[in-house]
Amino acid sequence: MSSGTLFDKVWDLHKVKDLKGGSTQLFIGLHLVHEVTSPQAFSALQEKNLSVLCPERTFATVDHIVPTHNQNRPFSDPLAEEMLYTLEKNCKQHQIKLFNIGSGNQGIVHVIAPEIGLSQPGMTVVCGDSHTSTHGAFGAIAFGIGTSQVRDVLASQTLSLDKLKVRRIWLNGELSNGVFAKDLILHVIQKLGVKGGVGYAYEFAGPAISKLSMEERMTICNMAIEGGARCGYVNPDSKTFNYLKGKTYSPKGETWERAVKWWESLASNRDATYDDEVELEASAISPTVTWGITPGQSVGIDECIPEKNPLEINDHQIYDEAYAYMNLQPGQSIEGVPVDVCFIGSCTNGRLSDLKAAAEIAKDRKVCKGIKAFVVPGSEKVSKEAKREGLDNIFINAGFEWREPGCSMCLAMNPDRLEGTQISASSSNRNFKGRQGSAKGRTLLMSPAMVAAAAVTGHVTDVRKLKAIQ
Amino acid sequence: MQKFKEFPKGKINNVEGNCILLKGDDIDTDRIIPARYLKCVNFESLGNQVFADDREEKNGLHPFDIKKNSEASILVVNRNFGCGSSREHAPQALMRWGIRAIVGLSFAEIFYGNCLSLGIPCVKMIEKNLIELEQLINSSHQFRCELDLNKEILISHQNSWPIIINQGASQMLLSGHWDATSTLTKANQEINIVKSNLPYLNQFKIKK
Repeated sequence: MSSGTLFDKVWDLHKVKDLKGGSTQLFIGLHLVHEVTSPQAFSALQEKNLSVLCPERTFATVDHIVPTHNQNRPFSDPLAEEMLYTLEKNCKQHQIKLFNIGSGNQGIVHVIAPEIGLSQPGMTVVCGDSHTSTHGAFGAIAFGIGTSQVRDVLASQTLSLDKLKVRRIWLNGELSNGVFAKDLILHVIQKLGVKGGVGYAYEFAGPAISKLSMEERMTICNMAIEGGARCGYVNPDSKTFNYLKGKTYSPKGETWERAVKWWESLASNRDATYDDEVELEASAISPTVTWGITPGQSVGIDECIPEKNPLEINDHQIYDEAYAYMNLQPGQSIEGVPVDVCFIGSCTNGRLSDLKAAAEIAKDRKVCKGIKAFVVPGSEKVSKEAKREGLDNIFINAGFEWREPGCSMCLAMNPDRLEGTQISASSSNRNFKGRQGSAKGRTLLMSPAMVAAAAVTGHVTDVRKLKAIQ
Repeated sequence: MQKFKEFPKGKINNVEGNCILLKGDDIDTDRIIPARYLKCVNFESLGNQVFADDREEKNGLHPFDIKKNSEASILVVNRNFGCGSSREHAPQALMRWGIRAIVGLSFAEIFYGNCLSLGIPCVKMIEKNLIELEQLINSSHQFRCELDLNKEILISHQNSWPIIINQGASQMLLSGHWDATSTLTKANQEINIVKSNLPYLNQFKIKK
């Protein structure tokens, strides 16, 4: 059993009581709400005649269903309009702060909470969305929950949970040029598998992690869930504190000094005990691309699509399913696979540094004829900042569409989607069958720079071969 | 979809019914219920839409469309069932189709918790036994079983296999407290103590 880790410390601080059967009632410090997984929770609250216990610890935004073309109300899709209207009504009734479209703070829930300083070290953070693990980048215990649990948190600010084991994933070295946080996490999932993290929280540590920016750490923690780990985290350090300093919801003045002192004390102890430890070498990672139908089915750009491993019999079925669905063959090089659609955005890679990395490749180049390429900033703030830096014009001049913030084609609950058997180069997080809105649509996950490279060449391309045009 | 069966309520000691087998590892919640069906403010219509894309692809031959399975209650799956998105729409869709228990080799965590909060037990079996169960389901017209949570076994007419269930979950189902809200809201006093001790809710003043 783990002890002395950040996970243990934060867990213990939030423990309300032991429940019968061994589960723990855990206090939740920050509850993020969006339009898709909350309406039924609010209805259930009403049915049970309960109110929201801590509206001041609950914050909402709208992201999944918003159109990225035209966000004028009412939305052209009446179902989407109904969902936002319901969220507005619920937030108003329960006095929950809603970061609505046009507020300057709307965006993908996992982009906005960090950028306004809501996500902080030492918190427990939940949201009815599996990518809540993102907030672990700050040294929080952050995880996704279902709608019944959203109801429980609204009503009691607590959850019934079983404690997770802790696996430390130690990354030596550093990422080489042209290799990004996305490549690192795809590599980790490839090595440990999509089921490898079930029952664990992942602590990402080591020199390669320390060197990452906060936005890069968010990308890593965001995809912990794709490796089966309900939450992933990075111990807080000076980068964490620098990022938080001056943000709207960050502590100020003397409180700030006290906060930093407390945050520093939360990091895993040097002599902490882990349930499991894994060590990987970051400098050995190449730009990584998924070829299959789970985020674990990926290869380095210089590798070929793998054959089935005769020793891993249990994986044969999902490999066969992937070859058939993706229409890709084992032994085929991933580099050069033609793409139809290029999507830059999502809670994984829709932040300013992601857009910058992609813009560096797009600058003074042109999107290949016949390819639909579009950029969806993760939030209104990201959009504003990107425009200030002229990134929108770089993309538009290159032939990308520049959109309004939202989840967009990551899960296609809005007008952005694949058609038929189209294949996308996507900076999002899931390549499941049908994920991007077409039952036969195919997804290749990669870093935003790699997506930009695919857009300008028309096929999967090693971004390291495309130098920025000065 | 089946004709309406009462949803789980109260103490859940056992689930009895026909088994339906769904082969394959890593079946994610996007497949169980594609995202376009999440555009709803209630869960009511989800039963028809369970596995929508997979069923269309299989054109009537998907287990959820095969006639002999039309009354099934116990879903038998393989590894890492329910991975991916946290959408409770996935277990809601399964429940509204008629599923009342799931037996498999392993489950994704959020999905597992979502099922529990609907009163749907997810229980594990060792691989050898699951293969035996799969063979019996495949070779029978309908294969009826009873999942007994007290004895922690799955029993059929001629067989009995041990099942593995998390003790916290088992306790919640057997006592009827799987709908956690009422238990959690009772601890108001303890909740307030934790809240008043948390540095980040108290100006970062550390109480000793």
